Amino acid sequence: MSSATGYYIPHAARWPIVGSIGLFIFFYGFATWLNQGPFGREMFILGAGVLIFMMFGWFGLVARESESGTYNGQVDSSFRLAMMWFIFSEVMFFAAFFGALFYARTFSGPWIGGLGGGGADMTNAILYQGHDYVWPSNGPGDVGGKFEQMGWFGLPLINTLLLLSSGVTCTFAHHAIRAGHRQPFILWLLATVSLGFLFVGLQAVEYIHAYDAMNLKLTSGIYGSTFFMLTGFHGFHVTMGAIILLVVMLRATRKHFSAENHFAFEAAAWYWHFVDVVWLGLFIFVYLI
Amino acid sequence: MTSSVSRWALLSLVLLMLPLGAWADWGALNMPRGVTQISNEVYTLHMRIFYVCVAIGVAVFGVMIVSMYLHRKSRGVKPADFHESTTVEIVWTVVPLIILIAMAIPAARVLIKMEDFSDSEMSIKVTGYQWRWQYEYLDSGVSFYSQLDAAHNQARQQGADVDLAKAFPGTSFHGEEDVYLRQVDNELVVPVGKKIRFLHTAADVIHSWWVEDLAVKKDAIPGFINENWALIEKPGIYRGKCAELCGRDHGFMPIVVRAVPQEEFDTWIADKKVAMAANAAQADRQWAHQQLVANGKQVYEANCMSCHQAEGQGIPGMFPAIAGSDVATGNIDTHVDTVMNGVAGTMMSKFSQVLSDADIAAVITYQRNAFGNDTGDTVQPLHIKSLRMGLSTDKGADLPGKVASMPALNSNTGVN
Amino acid sequence: MSSTDVTHHAPEEHGHDHDHGEHGPAKGLMRWVTTTNHKDIGTLYLWFSLIMFFIGGAMALIIRAELFQPGIQIVDPMFFNSMTTMHAIVMIFGVVMPAFVGLANWMIPMMIGAPDMALPRLNNWSFWIMPFAFTIMLSTLFMDSGGPAGGWTLYPPLVLQMGDSFAFVIFAIHFLGISSVMGSINIVATIFNMRPPGMTFMKMPMFVWTWLITAYLLIATIPVFAGAVTMLLTDRFFGTSFFSAAGGGDPVMFQHIFWFFGHPEVYILILPAFGIVSSIIPTFARKPLFGYDSMVYATASIAFLSFIVWAHHMFTTGMPLAGELFFMFSTMMISVPTGVKVFNWVATMWRGSMSFETPMLFAIGFVIMFTIGGLSGLMLAITPADIQYHDTYFVVAHFHYVLVPGAIYSLMAATYYWLPKWTGNMYDEKLGKLHFWISTVFVNVLFFPMHFVGLAGMPRRIPDYSLQFADWNMIATIGAFGFGFSQLMFVYIIVKCIRGGEKATAEVWEGARGLEWTVDSPAPYHTFETAPTIQPATITR
Ligand code: HEA
Ligand code: HEA
Ligand code: HEC
Ligand code: CUA
Ligand SMILES: [Cu+2]
Repeated sequence: MSSATGYYIPHAARWPIVGSIGLFIFFYGFATWLNQGPFGREMFILGAGVLIFMMFGWFGLVARESESGTYNGQVDSSFRLAMMWFIFSEVMFFAAFFGALFYARTFSGPWIGGLGGGGADMTNAILYQGHDYVWPSNGPGDVGGKFEQMGWFGLPLINTLLLLSSGVTCTFAHHAIRAGHRQPFILWLLATVSLGFLFVGLQAVEYIHAYDAMNLKLTSGIYGSTFFMLTGFHGFHVTMGAIILLVVMLRATRKHFSAENHFAFEAAAWYWHFVDVVWLGLFIFVYLI
Repeated sequence: MTSSVSRWALLSLVLLMLPLGAWADWGALNMPRGVTQISNEVYTLHMRIFYVCVAIGVAVFGVMIVSMYLHRKSRGVKPADFHESTTVEIVWTVVPLIILIAMAIPAARVLIKMEDFSDSEMSIKVTGYQWRWQYEYLDSGVSFYSQLDAAHNQARQQGADVDLAKAFPGTSFHGEEDVYLRQVDNELVVPVGKKIRFLHTAADVIHSWWVEDLAVKKDAIPGFINENWALIEKPGIYRGKCAELCGRDHGFMPIVVRAVPQEEFDTWIADKKVAMAANAAQADRQWAHQQLVANGKQVYEANCMSCHQAEGQGIPGMFPAIAGSDVATGNIDTHVDTVMNGVAGTMMSKFSQVLSDADIAAVITYQRNAFGNDTGDTVQPLHIKSLRMGLSTDKGADLPGKVASMPALNSNTGVN
Repeated sequence: MSSTDVTHHAPEEHGHDHDHGEHGPAKGLMRWVTTTNHKDIGTLYLWFSLIMFFIGGAMALIIRAELFQPGIQIVDPMFFNSMTTMHAIVMIFGVVMPAFVGLANWMIPMMIGAPDMALPRLNNWSFWIMPFAFTIMLSTLFMDSGGPAGGWTLYPPLVLQMGDSFAFVIFAIHFLGISSVMGSINIVATIFNMRPPGMTFMKMPMFVWTWLITAYLLIATIPVFAGAVTMLLTDRFFGTSFFSAAGGGDPVMFQHIFWFFGHPEVYILILPAFGIVSSIIPTFARKPLFGYDSMVYATASIAFLSFIVWAHHMFTTGMPLAGELFFMFSTMMISVPTGVKVFNWVATMWRGSMSFETPMLFAIGFVIMFTIGGLSGLMLAITPADIQYHDTYFVVAHFHYVLVPGAIYSLMAATYYWLPKWTGNMYDEKLGKLHFWISTVFVNVLFFPMHFVGLAGMPRRIPDYSLQFADWNMIATIGAFGFGFSQLMFVYIIVKCIRGGEKATAEVWEGARGLEWTVDSPAPYHTFETAPTIQPATITR
């Protein structure tokens, strides 16, 4: 462990309070908007704007400090630890939704369908006579009406391949910067970002198809709920990850990063791989099984 | 100096506890034994683990107190320097483990017995509503609602100037007295000596059906059925209440179980069937305006007053006033719709399930003519009945209604 | 703040020769808004939680005042429910958690010999989210529809009936969650990365250990909670069916997800308290902590077990028998490592040379009354019995024993223990002792009778009750007001200590060990800018 001497401690932080105010306006606006209250949407947009401003400011500051060599190895480890555990917290966020999927398929669905055994059988016998449980299910109330299940073949499979190859290109980018080759680094990043946005685009196509042609909606009972919430949050994360990589790429074109010092890229890459792994989970548990 | 502070404080602790203790009703200190075999076993289990806990407490605190007395700096002791001993560590890991196993075995045994629903001799479906219970005897088709007794309901309103102790005498917990908040309009009557299966569900939010003397408590979950059972040996009245927070009047959802001998039970069922038929006929005749207003007042006081208040003034910001309300003085259809279907996403719940046609007609007529809403309108039960025919098709439209409108729950044969 | 506006009473003998020179605190309000100093941020957290304690306590007093007598005298049942809900949310998320984070901020860098927290800007943000989040949370009380009234457990479908405040409450929880996760990440990074050479893991003070494990609990469970409330939000506003049977979901599913967070959460509220007590008892027993290693392993086992016991809050929901048995056994198991901790504290006291200053009194009060609460928790774990106890005041008694004379006492103990280090002055020992004794008398008058009414059948979350519960409720209410108002003493003692008093030495307590006692009192604005050398005498084990 290196010594604590020379650890960089910034002495006045103005961005956090901007971030808090931004989040405050954002959340307050969003809630007001949901309640159809006055200026809800305006506050929501303003808050989001403040947040984006804060991110530019804060990350810009960190990038400048990093490029000017303010951080020593120990600061770098702090960043690494923080990123690692942040990603872990994201994993747990997804775990909640995977848990819901698992619970609905293993417990509540079969109970409602009378396959539970034990005490649970009465639920079907008394409340839902004639309702059989099969996954995908929108429940005994047929909530949202008849819908089709999203198959795994086709777009989802293509998307899987896209995301997996974007993981590979990301790794190539890493090798490039480690060897100090800036141009290939930028190009591989460009490939990664493009694959990412392509993924998001195809996902949008899939959603439109689901809504228009399959009557599969967020409101299609538990299947629609879990399907769209899981893939939706994942898609959101892909978008964020792609934007982060894009920013990294733009910084690289401005001669940021070196063979030794490129943690911003590594953090983005970790995040990217996390998004990748979540997708594999999704592909298996949401589409395949 | 400082130690005198602590001595005084200790003394006052003891002194404070003494009179307080003598003042209290010692009867309500412990879990009752109850009246079923299961409840007795639970009681025994409870006392056993309680004594184990007391023993552990005495041992741990005893050692601490001895230590605090003997090993004080003010007595001039020098501190020892030991800070590890694998042997004691193992001992105080293993000994508690053994104690726990000794507790877990009888507990598991009782639990397995409680969860054995087989061989029940009759079934009663219990549905929780905000804030009443519906009981359906699945074997005989008898069905009715049960809610807080009207006198109690009056007395518990904010600002009701009732001397509770005088109005509701009797403080004994397990007696037959008319104890405040523990009385209902329609009791659940069951036979003794039969294994009764209860099937719990709910129409709006989660409730929990708890009768302590029977050691049954099970959540009533909308959209699901939970099982439970009791075999009561002794005739008597056993009181319970809703145990899961279910909104504003969660505290006012009592349960009264009257266990009677089989013959008495059979007569009761027969009477109930006759009453139900009579009630169903009510909807088919034309009613006089005055009669509807008079009945409506009763329905209002039993079902609506807790939110919309005695004078129809509501609670600003929370519950709208009925007096002068646009709905209660405007279009009749909107009014009927509000009462029958509720207002989704608010506490104005759907009353089409809970009230009979006659009651709905009465309460609407009442609201349109009371509190200065002198519209002069009359709504007939037949009107409600005809609406209801068209009503049962609105599958899963509004949120709490999603489940309530499931076909099996939709049969409204309520006597209210 | 530029480095020119530096004036501070920090002792000059502390060497500064770094490029960023000597920074005392800046002046004015902006000092607090932009500060990155772990001590400033710790102070902010602690004041925040003290204020919230009075807000949450005032709500509890409204609850108790309504329950003084049977009948509804003071508040509408709806408002009563929202007091219950808000009281719990404020106490848990606004008092105990921020107070522990505040202590972590103040003490962890000093205890491990670090110059500051690993990520100072993030640290600032973690704090400055709290006031905003609670502004949203508390503002719901003033909305037309009233505040949240479905209990702090937010069970659907009831919670979906909430009026306009619903979305605000959900977002306030998200907001708070961001703060907690960032704060925890910071603590993990600090403990892993900021220790000087020689401060190995197994030499860290117990407080640091317990916080490390707590931080993991937070990182692992807060996001799950965020997910759960997100599903509530979409069920209410976007038509999903997670918690509605008609669409194939299940209201009980929420309870599973909630308690997967909620149970570890209660250990989040107690593990740092264990750390505090493990620091204080050795000091005043003048004897090293007994069984340091087993303390560490016990804490880790408690944390591990806390992930597999959640459904003990759900024994009446109609789980399959196998589930009930599993959760009963796993819950009972937690008593073993917790017992190890209690026994270790007792063994630390045994043959020590004890003196009973205020921190020690609170620590001993903690051990005794936490054990009472823990033992009633053990009773709750016995499923057949819990079917009778569940949702009664017996449960309320249980968790207040572990939370009030548990978590809150540990906070008071910590305050008295470290106050001289923070302010440089000794607090008024006589008043401190008086505060302890008055609190202890009243806290038992307040919570002990709840066991009785609970067993006799009084459900929780009710504004009115039948007459046979009247006497004990009246006593509890007297206790509540006694306990509540005696906390004004606490504030008085703190303020008095800040404003002056007998000067404290660096060591403060005769038997104190650990790095924090090697720096001056008050601790200079910056400590350990050069890594200290770790000697046997400066480590706590
Ligand atoms: C700080 C918070 C805290 C802590 C530490 C605990 C600790 C424990 N809790 Fe508690 N609990 C809560 C906070 C806490 N709890 C809250 C807030 C609720 C209610 C939530 C709500 O519904 O709103 C609750 C509810 C609750 C329930 C649900 C009750 C119900 O709703 O029906 C149960 C059931 O099992 C339970 C069990 C336990 C157990 C077994 C422990 C154990 O960890 C205790 C272990 C300690 C000891 C056992 C004592 C010391 C040990 C010895 C001296 C060794 C010797 C012991 C033996 C040989 C056994 N708790
Ligand atoms: C850390 C957590 C914590 C703490 C510290 C407390 C502290 C207290 N709690 Fe609370 N409580 C909970 C957590 C906590 N509680 C939880 C989780 C619930 C469950 C909620 C639910 O069911 O959803 C609960 C529920 C709960 C209930 C049950 C409500 C119900 O079921 O309806 C009651 C009833 O007596 C109660 C009482 C008290 C009291 C009297 C205190 C006292 O210790 C408070 C001490 C009082 C003060 C500190 C007051 C100081 C104020 C003044 C002196 C007045 C001056 C005012 C100003 C200056 C503004 N609490
Ligand atoms: C738990 C509380 C509660 C109970 C009990 C209750 N209501 Fe309501 N009621 C409400 C609420 C809340 C609203 C407002 C709904 C909204 O926001 O539109 C309301 C609205 C109404 C309205 C419309 C008033 C207006 O001006 O908007 C009528 C009429 C009404 N209720 C009749 C009744 C009748 C009849 C009963 C009893 C059979 C009853 N209510 C029982 C809570 C209740
Ligand atoms: Cu019904 Cu509580
Ligand atoms: Cu728990």
